[in-house]
Amino acid sequence: MSRTLVVAEVYEGAFVSATLHAVRAAAELKDKSGAEFDILVLSADASVADNVKGYGAGKVLAATDGAFGHYLARPWSRTIAAVAADYDTVMITATTMGKDLAPCVAGLLDAGMASDVAEIIDASTFRRPVYAGNAVATVTINTDKKVLSVRATAFDKAEPTGADSPVESVSATAVDSKEEYVEFEGSGGSDRPSLADANIVVSGGRGTKGDFEPIYKLADSLGAAVGASRAVVDAGWAPNDWQVGQTGKVVAPNLYFAVGISGAIQHWAGMKDSKTIVAINKDGEAPIMELADYAIVADLFNAAPELADKLDALKASGDISL
Amino acid sequence: MKILVSVKRVPDPETKIKIKPDGSGIVEDGVKFVINPFDEIAVEEALKIQEANGGEVVVISIGGPEVVEQIRTALAMGAERGIHINVDQPVDPAGAAALLTKVAQDEGFDLFLFGKQAIDDDANQTGQLVATSLDVPQACFAYKVEVEGDAIKVGREVDGGIEWIKVSKPAVITADLRLNEPRYASLPGIMKAKRKEVKEVTPADLGVDISPKVTVTGLEAPPTRGGTKVVEDLDELISVLRTEAKVF
Repeated sequence: MSRTLVVAEVYEGAFVSATLHAVRAAAELKDKSGAEFDILVLSADASVADNVKGYGAGKVLAATDGAFGHYLARPWSRTIAAVAADYDTVMITATTMGKDLAPCVAGLLDAGMASDVAEIIDASTFRRPVYAGNAVATVTINTDKKVLSVRATAFDKAEPTGADSPVESVSATAVDSKEEYVEFEGSGGSDRPSLADANIVVSGGRGTKGDFEPIYKLADSLGAAVGASRAVVDAGWAPNDWQVGQTGKVVAPNLYFAVGISGAIQHWAGMKDSKTIVAINKDGEAPIMELADYAIVADLFNAAPELADKLDALKASGDISL
Repeated sequence: MKILVSVKRVPDPETKIKIKPDGSGIVEDGVKFVINPFDEIAVEEALKIQEANGGEVVVISIGGPEVVEQIRTALAMGAERGIHINVDQPVDPAGAAALLTKVAQDEGFDLFLFGKQAIDDDANQTGQLVATSLDVPQACFAYKVEVEGDAIKVGREVDGGIEWIKVSKPAVITADLRLNEPRYASLPGIMKAKRKEVKEVTPADLGVDISPKVTVTGLEAPPTRGGTKVVEDLDELISVLRTEAKVF
């Protein structure tokens, strides 16, 4: 009987819920191939493993060691590969940590790896975006052991099943130290939802000329996360991790506002799976105006705050809920 | 410091790619090929480190005879010499990493600088695979690189901010977008590059098996959306969002 190992993401000591996308993908693989799945949690604190025990895993494996207080690819991948010796497939959500870590596990297992998997066809065949999302490749992994990083926007988060999986401890593999964690510089306290989890995203582009006030106003009226185009981040107008695009964050919210964004291929690849896309741009010829579901030709400095005011009024009167 | 940089030949990122009708690949006729943008950033960072600390920058590429063009471009930017691994079959990230690892073991380097991903297969694997097979530390998605004697401090672009780690040499660093602005090759640089050494080797010379662990069996166009409705004003926008898209 084949088995799948899902690796949980734990960052700076806290469980990262993006893990649940990989859990959903493992459950899909189980439906298609019968492979039972377990979840492995590496942490300095054994209680972190409790976060994943309600999601249908055969068991939750906790590797608890002071060395796992901060994420580092070499020590983490050695322990994961040792545990994965008994498994056929390893799955990790393709966050920045998953992208860093999964190939190391593949290398140690001598396994073929498919990155950013968007669809599971069967136990060895997968579909994934390539060429910045301009093509979809069908790939076959030829090795017995397989490693997958899965695209969060392609798999909903797993829902709690109402039953608890047993938690077992597994040992950490000791690794000589060739690297050390120094510090984490967060990109800034924001009360807004994170881009990865948000139901609505409002992104600003070059059209803002660096003035994000209209973007913030619309985002806050909608309870939305704020994103940015590459041009904006390159200009230093927004933090790096706000960048939505193939080489930045890939998002797929229910509703995406592209405000003052031309719609370069790079950006489109990062948000094209959003359920509904709205473009606000004063240039009716911008590529985004033919890609979005709804487009309005307007000056963002007027339209975004006005739209926020109108939505606030509708919320106040109870006509809409957000 | 002796630095190995790899460059991959990819379609110009500004090109709109077309998929062959049989799904076997992309149409290459009339497409301009360039150094993968992330690899170009890696070349620039290697040159900056070499200029500040001395040493040598060696540029390597895997592919048919056409990839020598990209090696020459990196040599024109300032790299010392080139290695062309001549292959006549598709190479997956595991195969590329096996070749790079063998060259690394044969020659010995203090630092490996790669792009974080190639913009054709978007795999984001090769740097991590090389670090793993050499058992050296990795610092991927580099935003800033600071050489501190025998250690290298790297700021990494991660979800939610920048993570700083310190790695000992030798190490693998993969370049993210904002690490630097690559220089243009100067005319004297281009002239000089023509005379620089490019050594050609094959996987057989290196004794490396590159049979793929992952095979691409087909390419197709992504699904398209239903078309755009241009609305006249904000009230109409709110109305369609409520009645058609049903998002509120």
